[in-house]
Amino acid sequence: MKQPSYPREVVEQLVDGALPWRDLKRMMSSFKDPDRFDTYIAILQERVPWDDRILLPLSDNLFIVERADGERVTKSLAGFDFGDYRRNWKLNALIFERDSDELMDEVYPRMMGADPRWMTLREYYCPKSLTLLDVEAVPPGYPIVHAFQPDLEGFYREWLGRPLD
Amino acid sequence: MAIATTGTQKPIGWDGRSVREMLEESERLFEETGRYHGIERLSMLAEDPIRYEKIFSRLRGGMVNARETALNISASPIVKEIGELCFALYTPEGDSITLSTGIMVHVHTMSDAIKWMIRQGYEENPGLAQGDIFCNNDAFVGDVHNADVQNILPIFWEDELIGWAAGVTHVLDVGAGKPSGMPIGPVNRFEDGWILSCQKIGANDTVFRDYELRSETAVRMPWYWRLDEKTRITGCQMIRDAVHRVIEQEGVDTYKRFMREVIEEGRRSFETRVKEMTVPGVYRSPQFTDVPFEGETQLPPEAAKDILMHAPMEVTVGLDGEFEVSFEGASKWGMHSFNAPPSAMQGALWVQLTQTLVPNDKVNDGAYFATKLHLPYGSWTNPDNPSVSTTISWVFLIPSFVGLFRCLGQAYTARGYLEEVIAGYPGTWNMSQGGGTDHYGRPGAWTNFEHSCVGTSAGFVKDGEAACAAMWNPEGDMGDVEAWEILEPLLYLSRRIRPNTAGAGKHRGGAGWEVLRFVWKTDDQVVYNLGEGHVFHGTGLFGGYPSCTGYRLNVEDNNLKQLIAEGKPIPHADRDPEDSELLKLVDGRVVMDNRCVHLPTPVGEYDIYVSLLRGGHGCGDALEREPSAVAADLNEGHLLPRFAERVYGVVTSEDGDGVVADADATARRRDELRKQRAERAIPVSEWMEKTRERVLAKDFIYPVTDMYTESMELSEKWAGEFREFWDLPEDFSFEGGER
Repeated sequence: MKQPSYPREVVEQLVDGALPWRDLKRMMSSFKDPDRFDTYIAILQERVPWDDRILLPLSDNLFIVERADGERVTKSLAGFDFGDYRRNWKLNALIFERDSDELMDEVYPRMMGADPRWMTLREYYCPKSLTLLDVEAVPPGYPIVHAFQPDLEGFYREWLGRPLD
Repeated sequence: MAIATTGTQKPIGWDGRSVREMLEESERLFEETGRYHGIERLSMLAEDPIRYEKIFSRLRGGMVNARETALNISASPIVKEIGELCFALYTPEGDSITLSTGIMVHVHTMSDAIKWMIRQGYEENPGLAQGDIFCNNDAFVGDVHNADVQNILPIFWEDELIGWAAGVTHVLDVGAGKPSGMPIGPVNRFEDGWILSCQKIGANDTVFRDYELRSETAVRMPWYWRLDEKTRITGCQMIRDAVHRVIEQEGVDTYKRFMREVIEEGRRSFETRVKEMTVPGVYRSPQFTDVPFEGETQLPPEAAKDILMHAPMEVTVGLDGEFEVSFEGASKWGMHSFNAPPSAMQGALWVQLTQTLVPNDKVNDGAYFATKLHLPYGSWTNPDNPSVSTTISWVFLIPSFVGLFRCLGQAYTARGYLEEVIAGYPGTWNMSQGGGTDHYGRPGAWTNFEHSCVGTSAGFVKDGEAACAAMWNPEGDMGDVEAWEILEPLLYLSRRIRPNTAGAGKHRGGAGWEVLRFVWKTDDQVVYNLGEGHVFHGTGLFGGYPSCTGYRLNVEDNNLKQLIAEGKPIPHADRDPEDSELLKLVDGRVVMDNRCVHLPTPVGEYDIYVSLLRGGHGCGDALEREPSAVAADLNEGHLLPRFAERVYGVVTSEDGDGVVADADATARRRDELRKQRAERAIPVSEWMEKTRERVLAKDFIYPVTDMYTESMELSEKWAGEFREFWDLPEDFSFEGGER
């Protein structure tokens, strides 16, 4: 079976959310293109305003990168360095906790947000751009969630077939 | 064709073995090799792929045909309109080969039921023979809850058991003390209603008369029960015929080889798919739901308390494509109807995977063999008390698995498969149920399934869709108003898209909707609400907000009858709880609170019942949403005007056709909101210091401290991680917190 592959322009349209629905649907229903990761990384690398090498995108605003000094860190699109990628990036973010009815009311009509005695919203911002990077909905006192700990070396070595070092 | 009608005189397994021996061998081979039946080479697929695929297509077609044909036998709108049924074909050992569309959660629960019968020695007593009919709705045997009733038929070829056909439908009433298919209120199994644990209810393709007579009095509205049963049995018989046709044409040895290979192929495909789509590592997404039972006078005192459910999902993807889901740290089972035995949890995992990693028609129990599910004993996911109630396990199952979408969304994003990313799913609430004397003057009960049509969550590249989906049935459908009105003694005043039900974000969730109904031609009714009211059901992704929570709103002893008689405006929307259109038009006793899970409440004729159907979660920072998209949301009724500036920072102005975004004013407003973020936010280290003091002081309401206590008592690992995160003393516990 021939594996599909999409031209770079199509993946760029996808990243921009500009792919027409019919094409997007076809992409969802098709076999996956194994070269997507490399095309995607190449597109992102050209777009980010810094030179560090992207190793793994975490979201539209967060990336695991390799710095010039060889350190692998989590970095925001705006360029904030959250430190070692194995550590939860949230620990170096700014946080705002919606822990009262009034603060819930800013986002939800009264009665349609959580009761802050049962659950609060924790908003994590990029210290450089103030972009909202993640929202946790957890009971008060819940430990900050370390949502993703990738096996980066294993991924490159075993699945991509090219060791990181 | 000779088909044995008795199978109890000699072993009915293959090659002179018993079926139990076959099951034990299958498990041993998998244990030893990690491959289904130890199969090393998919020889049939390799050497005769066209024939292999033809056999699969014919069997799969047989499943879908059975479902589409059989559902028309049922009279229940849940089955006929919504499609709450599913059929599947199994190996003699009970592993699924192929399945129909529909409520696929049960493909694995029915596998558990078949294996239970084998392990319990059904081969000897009550015996297994062609034409036998078994019925099961026991969640501790293999099911989610007793509203999902299964029929299971053994399939023989000559004197050998060649497999099983099984079908499931969701029934309207289960004969519990409180009416409906999923009554809220039972606190143990003995209050759950009619439970059949793989009972033999027929032979020679005929349902036993004693069983039929029992069903006449075991449930409310037995006519629906019996028609649903005919639906399931017919579908199973059609599957049996389809299997016999394949064997007649291909030979039994080919069929035997095929069934082994197709499951092993499913297992391998799953592992390949994991490697193709994800990144190895550990993913976490804890979820919660509220049970606000304090003050419920219909419950025993020990059950009338508030509860917060904890589902700390952790997914580990291994380098060889291993996929393990763990709920280590889950809270304890409780005296409520929402406990979920392992079979239910396994089924829920299965139905999620069929909609995410393996969304193709070739899915079967191969995916089960490729995954591991860890359910801590004693928790609500694996109760150490077999007498717990499970009438509506879904209340905990649905929120607990939303994290899987979030974990996979993270993985797909990392790989660049952005088209697959979705920020979880909303709760399929509000679920309306009720019962009493219906509008025909008969005793009845109802479960309205329009909640199988909530909004979808946003993706990485697009908004969610409005009112179209349910996590447990890939073919979401709200059903026709007229069909529900025939069945239920409540008339519809409206169904409409509801603003602010979806979570905000760069891409917003799909909208939920609202329903206004009033009680009709009866004063003897109870109604329920079901959904989360104090906590969010999951959250958004990458900075997106979660969709709304719900609330209960009834207007009782009102003047609706008078408004209708006088030809005055009647309500068609609630729309905004801070400025309710309903409450402006109707006078009456208003019941409005966040107690969205409650026991049955009596209502009278013309009482108004509002049902809020949830929207999806958002994805990305709301300040990055296209201003024109926010203007469109306002014009299309997805967003209340005051939230455009507040949440999205979008300033609009009126033109002739609605509102348009003002680009300059929006840019200024967004700058202001970013400045506000900078002013209000603090470094996490500072926040942790402050919050640690609160943890040490155990300064939380009791359902929160109870939840932490249960999780810490059931899991040393989770307790250790909690203490380590907050740097707490080794002996820290929540003892002495609020009670």
